[in-house]
Amino acid sequence: MSTRTVGSPVQRREDPRLVRGDGRYLDDLGHDALAAAFVRSPHGHARIVDIDTSGAIDVDGVVAVWTWEDLAGSGTAEEPLPMLLPHPSIEHPVTGYALAKDRVHHVGEAVVMVVARDRYLAEDAAQRVRVTYEPLPAVVGVEAARAAEHLVHEEAPANVGAYFEQHLGDAAGQIESAPHVLELDLDIERSACMPMEGKGILARWDSEEGRLKVHASTQTSTGLRAALAAKLGLPLSAVEVITPDVGGGFGVKINHPWPEDVAVAAAAMRLQTKIKWVEDRREHFISSAHERQQLQHVRVGFDDDGQILGMEAQVWHDHGAYLPYGVIVPLNTATHIPGPYRMRNFSVTFTSLYTNTVIVTPYRGAGRPQAAYLMERTMDAIARHLGKDRTQVRSVNFVQPEQMPWDLGMVLQDGRMGIYDSGDFPASLEKLKELVGWDDFEEYREQARAEGRQVGIGLACYVEGTGAGPYEGGHIEIETSGRVNVSTGLTTQGQGHATVFAQIVADELGVKIEDVHVTTGDTRRMAYSVGTWGSRGAVMSGNALLLTARKVKEQALRIAADALEANPDDLEIVDGIVRVKGAPESQIPLPMVAVLSNPLRYAFDETARAATQFGGKSDESKPPVGDAEHPGLEGSDFFSPVRTTFANGMHAAIVETDPHTADITVLRYCVVHDCGPMLNPMIVEGQVHGGVAQGIGGALYERMAYDADGQLQNASFMDFLMPFATEIPHIETDHLETPSPLNPLGIKGAGEAGTIPTTAAIAAAVEDAEGFPIRRMPISPPELWELRKQHASNTTDPS
Amino acid sequence: MSSTPDAQPEARTVRGTVVTTVPRASFDPADGSARPEELIDVYLRVNGAERHARVPGRRLLSDALRHDLGLTGTHVGCEHGVCGACTVLLDGQPVRACLMFAATAQGHEITTVEGLSTPDGELGPVQQAFVECHGLQCGFCTPGFLTTITAYLDENPDPTPEEAREAIAGNLCRCTGYQNIVKAVCRAAELRRGDDPAPDGTQTPPAPTQEEEQR
Ligand code: FES
Ligand code: FES
Repeated sequence: MSTRTVGSPVQRREDPRLVRGDGRYLDDLGHDALAAAFVRSPHGHARIVDIDTSGAIDVDGVVAVWTWEDLAGSGTAEEPLPMLLPHPSIEHPVTGYALAKDRVHHVGEAVVMVVARDRYLAEDAAQRVRVTYEPLPAVVGVEAARAAEHLVHEEAPANVGAYFEQHLGDAAGQIESAPHVLELDLDIERSACMPMEGKGILARWDSEEGRLKVHASTQTSTGLRAALAAKLGLPLSAVEVITPDVGGGFGVKINHPWPEDVAVAAAAMRLQTKIKWVEDRREHFISSAHERQQLQHVRVGFDDDGQILGMEAQVWHDHGAYLPYGVIVPLNTATHIPGPYRMRNFSVTFTSLYTNTVIVTPYRGAGRPQAAYLMERTMDAIARHLGKDRTQVRSVNFVQPEQMPWDLGMVLQDGRMGIYDSGDFPASLEKLKELVGWDDFEEYREQARAEGRQVGIGLACYVEGTGAGPYEGGHIEIETSGRVNVSTGLTTQGQGHATVFAQIVADELGVKIEDVHVTTGDTRRMAYSVGTWGSRGAVMSGNALLLTARKVKEQALRIAADALEANPDDLEIVDGIVRVKGAPESQIPLPMVAVLSNPLRYAFDETARAATQFGGKSDESKPPVGDAEHPGLEGSDFFSPVRTTFANGMHAAIVETDPHTADITVLRYCVVHDCGPMLNPMIVEGQVHGGVAQGIGGALYERMAYDADGQLQNASFMDFLMPFATEIPHIETDHLETPSPLNPLGIKGAGEAGTIPTTAAIAAAVEDAEGFPIRRMPISPPELWELRKQHASNTTDPS
Repeated sequence: MSSTPDAQPEARTVRGTVVTTVPRASFDPADGSARPEELIDVYLRVNGAERHARVPGRRLLSDALRHDLGLTGTHVGCEHGVCGACTVLLDGQPVRACLMFAATAQGHEITTVEGLSTPDGELGPVQQAFVECHGLQCGFCTPGFLTTITAYLDENPDPTPEEAREAIAGNLCRCTGYQNIVKAVCRAAELRRGDDPAPDGTQTPPAPTQEEEQR
């Protein structure tokens, strides 16, 4: 038997190439391309009075200097960028332009594009463009947006872009009659994905063929392709988008088209050449996308056991200057607030607000970290109020395993009902308590106290809708050499898809994993795909490839059965050889089956020549390729689930807070994670580690520091504090595998899990160490120090 | 308003502007930055080979390696000296290639990630350890870690996990959470010492060759 690889920690097939420096990331391509650089707005909000490009065109090597007017004539490139995901809650949709038209709405907005022989010269020229602005008052932060003293867009009254509510049961009534009621104000700050590689695009116009070929560091090559074709007035078939190696995404590379995509591609077409733009770090900070900032108000009613009877949440969400990606983030927050808890009387209202800051699009977790923060801070407040153990209060609220599938009662961001398909929350909590030593913590606290150290423990739970549809596809083709070419349209940003997908196909086809070669994100190979986001890669493309492999296997067995004069049901494929079960001497190698699948009588190679031995008598009455057949051993299939599958997990953190400096150190971090059966546990763990590190960054270090005018004051790695190795503890993991009934592999997504409850868990641990509520995250030592001062002078607990 | 590449350039102060491929024949002598740049010959010794590039004096070493010499393994993540993605070895010491001019690197021995494999293409110990320990995800930060760790293990061939963590604390990775990189540092030390057993039962199908992984 071939060794099954699914479920094993198979080493990654992409690594040898990447560790040699042979990766091909966007900026590694197109060395002979012209380079674009952008003149960006220095103002948070201003009217453009005049643009003087005369100085720029004097620079040696400059090829083009474009303002908004130059976009006209390239399809609809001069019109506003699309609103990608319209939603009935969006009252006032506003999107930006590829190059700013009359106004700029955030610092960093692209105003002028310069194309030159190389990037140095393009930047020289960009510096010589003179733009005259009339500054307007900027709206920064949720409070200013809510106050609406000034408007970001005249067409969006009160700065509201979207408003929606979801109601379940009778929250208000239940709270009214509940024995206990608590109210909390919560605040969570802006952070960002910050992949190590920024965005970028290389666009070449092939004037002989009239085709646009684009390489882009995108999370959705099919989406970018369709968007560019539409904006540039090209037939879809004349545009192809290829995603090379991508240096991380975490959400920010999902939005499309970016202004630069349109401007660069339009210029490549117009100048009939090749143009590349590679974002630099400062550009990434001030012109890509951020996420996370929300103000939240919670009102909750509960009984003496801590069982929630009714809960109301009001959320104000800062979505930045434009709304190109719709309201996915707040919708995710709203629908993920209940988490693993039974919530039958619940209401949430959401106000999504314009501000003069960088746009907000999904960042790993996409609105769910805010939901976990809201719910878990509430759980802790209830426990504190009742003087109960925090795990106990959670336990009494858990959806029980026998209640699965659990109907959440809410519509998810994909427009479908949320129904938890699998999970065992009590078992997960047991595992977590054991892993972190929850019950022994008081002893440890005492011990630490005796040493003059102050420690605290916290936990947080979450569920995550993963593997959202609508579909993903696969294509598999077996060459006569035995090489198995696998394609799927979704893109890859480091998740190990080339390995995991090869595992699935190798197992299902019965071939060696070394023979399987995976291509992702190339619209030439698979034109239908949704994209890589929302922990959906393995669930969607993994299952699509499983189905495809089954189909191709069926075809192979049918052809082999003819050749071996056997029944297809009696055949198996082992290590690339089709043989009769129980009579392995009767066999035919898969490459030869590939030869037979294509009745073309050229003997290109050894296999083809050898295949003649199997060329049995043909039926003269039938054509060589039958009605239901096609030449070649290949096939395609799609996977489209009825609904989202729910992964879940629980995290616990132990922190130490310095009694003098208020420095916060994460001593231990424990994760219990349930994404169903793991295809490759090594890769799942890697995803969890990375997610937790981003979560810790978001909890303790990262925040976008805007001033009142909309200047981002920490737009560099020097000032925006992303954690280094010394800030991240060793992460301890354990897994529970409850299979999903919603797909053949039984899996649930794992990509975002690590990030979702981290801020909540750390807030809880700091709160536990300090003894006063933590309601604003991230928290820095100076802030903790201030809080200590406040609480020392004011002993009444605000909760 | 826009024109074709062949149109005569015209300087204007209105919205909408100019497309030109015609190099400016005359410059304002008072304004140096519009002048064609003077190019200098830079001779670099990279991964044991003598290389030449004709570049402006301000050409960064990272750009010269990547774009003039085609050694794109060295990555640029911030261009301001914090992330370490661009780290190369200069006479065996890690330096940030984004903070250095190509011209200043003349006369020094430069090692990039491409120089960490053996001449016959086998992975070096640090590279091998990264593969074994899942020390990379997107791989963008990886070359900078590999060079940094290579230099570190020369100084400390037997680090504890804590020391390993300190050793990599000058490089940013947004994907891995560092845990497996720490593990890889320790594993690389083992490999350098010739301790062979692969870690915790991971299966090791032969690594695909470069050709096999070409798309
Ligand atoms: S690119 Fe050189 S340190 Fe970041
Ligand atoms: S592996 Fe992606 S940044 Fe380190």
